[in-house]
Amino acid sequence: MTTSFPKERRPEMTTTGTAAPDRIRLAAAEELYEDIVEVGAALYKKALTDLPPDVRGAIGRARERESGGALRRLDVMVKSIDTSDRTGIIVCQDTGICVYFVRLGTEFAINGAKLVQALREGIARATRRHDLRSSVVHPLTRANRQDNTGVEVPEVHVEFVDGGDELEILLVPKGSGSENMSFLAMLSPADGVAAVKRFILESVVKAGPRPCPPTIVGVGLGGTADLCMALAKRAILRPVAQPHAEPDIAALEHELLDALNETGIGPQGLGGSTTAFAVHIEYAATHISMNPVAVNIQCWRGERARATIAKDGTVSYGY
Amino acid sequence: MATDELPDDPRVLRLTTPLDEPTLRSLRTGDEVWLDGTVWGVRDASLIRLFDEDKRPDVDFTGAVFLHTAPSVRRLADGRYAPVSVGTTTSMRMDRFTHGCVAELGVAAIVGKGGLSEASLAELSEHAAVYLAITGGAASAETLQVEEIEEVVWEDLMPECLWKFRVKGLGPLFVTMDSHGHSTYRDVQQTAARNLEAVYRRLGI
Repeated sequence: MTTSFPKERRPEMTTTGTAAPDRIRLAAAEELYEDIVEVGAALYKKALTDLPPDVRGAIGRARERESGGALRRLDVMVKSIDTSDRTGIIVCQDTGICVYFVRLGTEFAINGAKLVQALREGIARATRRHDLRSSVVHPLTRANRQDNTGVEVPEVHVEFVDGGDELEILLVPKGSGSENMSFLAMLSPADGVAAVKRFILESVVKAGPRPCPPTIVGVGLGGTADLCMALAKRAILRPVAQPHAEPDIAALEHELLDALNETGIGPQGLGGSTTAFAVHIEYAATHISMNPVAVNIQCWRGERARATIAKDGTVSYGY
Repeated sequence: MATDELPDDPRVLRLTTPLDEPTLRSLRTGDEVWLDGTVWGVRDASLIRLFDEDKRPDVDFTGAVFLHTAPSVRRLADGRYAPVSVGTTTSMRMDRFTHGCVAELGVAAIVGKGGLSEASLAELSEHAAVYLAITGGAASAETLQVEEIEEVVWEDLMPECLWKFRVKGLGPLFVTMDSHGHSTYRDVQQTAARNLEAVYRRLGI
């Protein structure tokens, strides 16, 4: 007994004109930015349909630990990933609010303003092309442009790489279930690292089932209030099971992950020993009288897609 | 998913809508349910119209199943809609409508993710209704369990219309709030709070 659809009603994404460009035409500006739009559109589709291998691996390891209902729920996640691989249906209905992280080599010649415009247009184009739900609205009027863009959205972070000759574009369509579970505390330096640990742990417990666990818990330490939250968001981009390069930070990540998995929140917050797949920490220097900590959570899908454009225009896609 | 793929377990049930009171009262937290029949997609905007604006479509919701969703759809040439992605959204935002759903409309089950409040749990007990948890984020599997969008009420609320889905084997759904006052969410939160105290002691913080 398989669910059957009349052919015209199959819920697959349309495939017309969706080939991800494998080369950017650098010679003429018009073609260059048109190709960047297509790269942005391709990244959006990829992020929504093709989960990163590190996330798939983390679900596999969690399945070995869990039993009963927790295992049943992890099995549904695996089934959904397989279904998307097979049909091209987006994994989650939440098309998210898109955030780009761009690393631009100083030897890669491009107009930064036009790059940002093209990346935003890519999201709108993919939304129209694939009949994606537009999840982005004006914060007061709630007006929806129906193309997943709006004032300042998608947000585009740009980092410059001195001497680099590549353009790297990472896209995260952030779902609201997890983004709504974001927390910032301006703690006192006198409370030390103990207060930092407690804040992180209690934030994740308070979030409970809402961010769709098992999650990737991004933590920002230090900086200013806005930098601290940006660090927490940057922390969720790192592949699962890739610890921080500095041993002290990696040890803290490990300690917090073990602690979270002892809480028993489990997959979907319905019990189990896998509350989080990973805790990732990024830090910045802070003020002598400040001790900021931020938590930004990513749901079990860990959606992200990456394009790396070489100096000759060749594009390679990853996660 | 075919029936023969369901585990041979008395606590795994395949049910057809509408759901009657004896069936609903027999369900307990921990049970797993698969649904056939009709499921109505509801969300913030359609529930506001139903209850805050007191508008009622010409539909009998007795024993009906509500799903917290706002799908991606494609409009077809004949004016009907095909599902692109039917998933589930966080239920707590719609918590204040539980009374209206179960007491005024006679809704039997609310399908969502993340659970509802203690006040809603009391409503479920009083009106013999249950809350069923879907696995959030796993919409592609869910989408293929929707056979057809049979009716769309209040298209002006797109995508938050009232959606009539015909489903075949929608599941697995987990009974996480039953009609006897049990809530898996409350149990897990209480356990987690206790475990967190133990973690603080172990870490010396």
